[in-house]
Order: sequence, then C-alpha cells, then structure tokens
Amino acid sequence: MTDTSSIMIKKRSYGGLTTGTVAPWVICTAILLVLPYVFQSNSALTIMNQMAITIVFALAYNMLLGQGGMLSFGHAVYMGMGGFMCMHVMNWVEYQNIPLPLPLLPVVGGLFGMGMATIIGSFSTRTAGTVFAMISLGIGELIAASSVIVVAFFGGEEGVSGDRTYGLPVFGYEFLTKIEVYYLTAGWLVLSALLMYLFSRTPVGRMANAVRDNPERAQFLGYSARWVRFYSFCASGFFAGVAGGLFAINFEILTEENLNLVTSGSILLITFLGGVGFFFGPIIGAIVFTLLQSVLSLQTELWQLYVGALFVLTVMYFPGGLAGVIMMHVAPYKLGKLNTLVMPYVKTLIPAAIGILGLASFCEIMFHFKHAAVGEHDMSLFGIEFSTHSPIPWVVIIGVTVLGFWLAKRNSAELRETWANANVMTVPKEGGAQ
Amino acid sequence: MTAALELEGLRKSFGKTEIIRGVDLSIGKGERHAIIGPNGAGKSTLFNLITGRFPQTSGHVRLHGHDLAGKAPFEINRMGLSRSFQITNIFPRMTVFENVRCSLLWSMGYKYSFWNMVSKSRALNEGAEEILEQINLTSRRDLPAGVLSYAEQRALEIGITIAGGADVIMLDEPTAGMSNTETDYIVGLIEKVTEGKTLIMVEHDMGVVFGLCDRISVLVYGEIVATGEPEAVRADQAVQEAYLGAALEAEH
Repeated sequence: MTDTSSIMIKKRSYGGLTTGTVAPWVICTAILLVLPYVFQSNSALTIMNQMAITIVFALAYNMLLGQGGMLSFGHAVYMGMGGFMCMHVMNWVEYQNIPLPLPLLPVVGGLFGMGMATIIGSFSTRTAGTVFAMISLGIGELIAASSVIVVAFFGGEEGVSGDRTYGLPVFGYEFLTKIEVYYLTAGWLVLSALLMYLFSRTPVGRMANAVRDNPERAQFLGYSARWVRFYSFCASGFFAGVAGGLFAINFEILTEENLNLVTSGSILLITFLGGVGFFFGPIIGAIVFTLLQSVLSLQTELWQLYVGALFVLTVMYFPGGLAGVIMMHVAPYKLGKLNTLVMPYVKTLIPAAIGILGLASFCEIMFHFKHAAVGEHDMSLFGIEFSTHSPIPWVVIIGVTVLGFWLAKRNSAELRETWANANVMTVPKEGGAQ
Repeated sequence: MTAALELEGLRKSFGKTEIIRGVDLSIGKGERHAIIGPNGAGKSTLFNLITGRFPQTSGHVRLHGHDLAGKAPFEINRMGLSRSFQITNIFPRMTVFENVRCSLLWSMGYKYSFWNMVSKSRALNEGAEEILEQINLTSRRDLPAGVLSYAEQRALEIGITIAGGADVIMLDEPTAGMSNTETDYIVGLIEKVTEGKTLIMVEHDMGVVFGLCDRISVLVYGEIVATGEPEAVRADQAVQEAYLGAALEAEH
C-alpha cells in the first residue's frame, strides 16, 4: 500500500472516537449540569426530570422501532414492570433494612424489564412486522388488565407507592430535595443514552440495522434474524426498565397508567415525532412532547388536539421527524448556503405561525362558545379579553388566519426555490474559492 | 475427494405441481458451474432448495459431504455457502461500507457480540475497505446503498456475497437486466473475486456462461437434460432441441 492511500484510509471514519463524536456528549452533559441553575423553580425541575425519564424511555423504544424495525404497541409494559419492581424494592429496603443505595435502584428496574423482555421476546421476536406488533399489543393489554387482578404486585387501582428517602443515604445525600433527584436522574440519563449509543455500534447493534433493512439477506450472511431481534428486544427492555426505575424514584408511585396502551401509544408518538432515523431523534421528541404536555396543558384544555395535529402533520410531511428536519439542513450548511434560507424562512414561517395561532384561536373560541358555563361569555386569548357572543373577535380571528395562511402560501414558492438552490452545488463565479 | 456440492434425487413440489423432478448433480471444488435453462425450468427454485430458503420434498443436498436437510439459511451460510439473489437483495438504508462490514461480521467471529465496537477492529474495517476496492465501490462507500445505480447494486451484492469468505458461491443471474458494458464489467468482477472458489451460477446470457464456466448443466422442466463442458453441451442434440431451440424461438 502506498503512503497516500494509507493516509486516505486513516482519514476515513469508522464511527470511532473523534472530536466530532465526543463533543455532543460533553456539551449535553454540561447543559444538564447547568440547567438547574437556569431554571430553579420546583416545577421546572419536575418537568426536567419528567423529560429525562421520557428521553431514556424513548431512546429504549427507538432501539426497537428505529434500529431494529420492530413496531411495538405495548412497550409501556417493560417500563411499567421495571417501575413497579423498583417500588417494591424501595419498600423492602425500608422494611428489611436492605443495604441498597437509591442511585442503584434503576439497575433493579432494568434487570426486571430485561427479564420480562426475555420471556416475551422469546416468542414475539420470531418475526417483525404485523405479527410482532399484534403480539406487543396483546401483551400490553394483558399486563394492563392484570394490574387490577394481581393486586399483590400492582396494588390494584391505587397502585404501589413508597418513599425514596428511607433508603441508605449516599455520601450524605438522602434525596429529600428535587435537585438531588434531578442530578441522579440526569446521571442515569447520560449513562443510559451513552450505553444505548454504544450498543448501536456493536456487531449485534449493526446487525439490528441489517435485519431491519432486509432480514432475509441477513440470514444469508450467517445471522439468524430472530436472534438479532431478540437481543435488541432484551436490551431495549433493560433501558425501558431503567426509565421505570427513574420514574419510581421521581414520583414514588406507580399505577395502571404506567402500563396501559395510552402510555405505549404516546411513546410511539414521541419517538416518531422526534424522528426514528437518527439516534438523537427520540431525545428531541421527548423534550418537545414533555414541554407541550406540561406548558401547553396549563394554557389550554385543547392541548391534546394540537399535539395530535402536530403528530399527523409530522407523519404526513416530515416522516423523518424533527430530527429529519434538522438533518435536512446539513447539506445546505455544508455548501455554505444556509444563510440564503434565512429570509425565505422568515417570510414564510412567520405568516404560517400567525395562521396557525389564528386557527388555534378559532378552535379555542369555538370550544368556549360551545362548552363554557351558561351566561359565561367572556374569554381571553393572548391577554385580550373579549366576548364570544360578539361577531368582532370571530371576524378578526378568521381574517388573521386566512391572511396568515395566504401570505405563507404566497411566499412558500420563493422558499421552495431557494431550498432547491441551497441543495445544489454551484460553481463559484470567481475562481479560487477554497 | 468429496464434491463441494452434491445433489442427490432432489425433488420439490408446490401443491400438486412438481417443480424440481429429481436432480442429481456433483460439483467439484474450485469448479465454475453454470445452470442454464428456459424460463420456468426451476433454476431459482433449485437455488432456493440448496440454500435452505425452501425445504425440499425429497432427496439430499450435501455441502462438503454434510447433509443440509433441515438447516436454516444462516446455518448453511456458516458452513461456507454464500449466495446472491435474482432480485437485488442488499441493505438499502445502510451505507455501502456498512453493507460490506456487516457481511464480514460473522466470519470474523463477532457473532452476537455486544461488547465489541465495530469501529475498533482494524481487521474488520480494513477487510471491508479491501472488498470495496475489489468491487470498485470505494468512491461510493458513504452513500446509502439504495441510491446506487443498478449495476453498482449488483456489484455490491456480489461483494456482500463473497465477503464472508465462503468457499462455495452461488450467484442467481448476476447480469440480469444489464447493458453489454455493464455485463462485461460484472463478468470480470465475478472472475476476479471467485478465484479459487467453487462458483455455481444461474445465467441467461450465453456469452457469459460459455466464457466463464468450466461446466454447464441444462435444466428443463425440473430435470437436468445435460451436464458437461461448454463445447459438449453446445453440441448436444437434446439441449439444442429442448433449450437452445426454444430460446431461439422465444427470441423471434
């Protein structure tokens, strides 16, 4: 091999340890460390903890959906079972004085989640596709139904609760305060995300991609598609269980809600919204969803309608999810044309945002008009008080909506054109560029 | 010396229809063997029986003397038999490099390991680069395999097929649907990468078959009507009637 070619080979990426791969981890860890100093209120900490738990769960879910091509409708089972087990262990620690420090509790959840996944995966991973999806749905329903039958484990309707602070103090920390729990959760978030990322770089993680793309071809390369799926499933079950353990530590109660199909459905929604094609997709999905859930739900009763609409629009127009939208901009960035997109974006997205807000206002005023108490005509939107029985707000809202969407549509042609140009390499007119 | 691949009284029925009607064939080590025949003769079915994609109705398939009955495709692959498909069968969403690297994993002993990083193994990555070099796809290495041209995808499929180091290589119509220049390219490639290995291929292009192979078997309606060296097969009366004549007729 000549010198030049060996240099060329050295330059190539094998997905190894480089600044490019380490930097995002360091930056994210730093952000996690600093966040509580920025958002200090208790409710902000609660939201951030909720976010961290959802991220771990969504990443675990994406090990199946994105990496392994397995669509599960019952993944809440593994998180929930891990969580329930952790609640019981927490209580045993209290009554029996077992020397198990609280920060290690998620390991218990993980192992229990993995145990469940081992049992169920042993028959459900035989095929991917519809059969797998249907089994996951059936098991999800079965376990959720068991929660009112097997009261000893699931605690019936009131669930199982406990107290995290009765365990051993760790280096003087008793996890009484929210901030201590935050750092515990954040630590587990970084650790599990890193482990899940590394898993995707191992031979079995790579083969999970191969089996997702073409199970038959993988078979003719010496791998049993079924075993590859099974290993992914168990690993996913482990991290879902870790998320369950973190949930138990944070909320100190688990109920049937943690197992049911609503939870399973929303993790699918979160993962898809974020984007299944990229490792960081579910992270974005979990952050956005938790924010919508906690912030938007304080503003309006109709928040689920908006989240549902967002989900449908994402599936229809951006199947790569939010991560896909972000990654679409890598090509223009590499071509140095990202700046050409700014103005068209402003010209299209601001009217579109106004249109969307107008449409949402229309939904709100309609909802208020139909469902408010009798005689209750006054409502406020964006700090403006008005009566729902006067025609003026209706006219204004409809007018603003139509105008916003009309402007957005008119300007979108320019955006489309700029976008097309931004993705094509042009020969620089003056020589000597680069 | 046992044959690399031996078929004995192999039969396959789908329902009442018998597609493979008793095939006996012995292919020696290092031989390049072509299976030709008119459409619907059962060539692909024969391939699928050998590689465990379908179970046979009766008869035996032996790889290096070991019976393959009841073995799953991945087990057969581990015994040293690798195949390509008539319809391109690659991993479309993974990069070209990943496609090749994945096909090296088992033969390099990684199995279902989740404690090794694929990026850490020099042998694995350099092996994959070497195969990319062989199939002339180094310039395409970071593209998703699904966006390659048809001929490139076929080349990649051959790369995946040979990567695991199997000593019996089966190619199902590797030049189907290709232009003349593409065909020449693929034939050169096949010659290069199967050196010293046993090659069994199904092929429609007579030019390819007569140029590349040591022996030819002619399959007609699930039976082998002739086996022998290209010249002998070409001269065979039965073959001319049963196949070459029919093929000529079909072309008109």
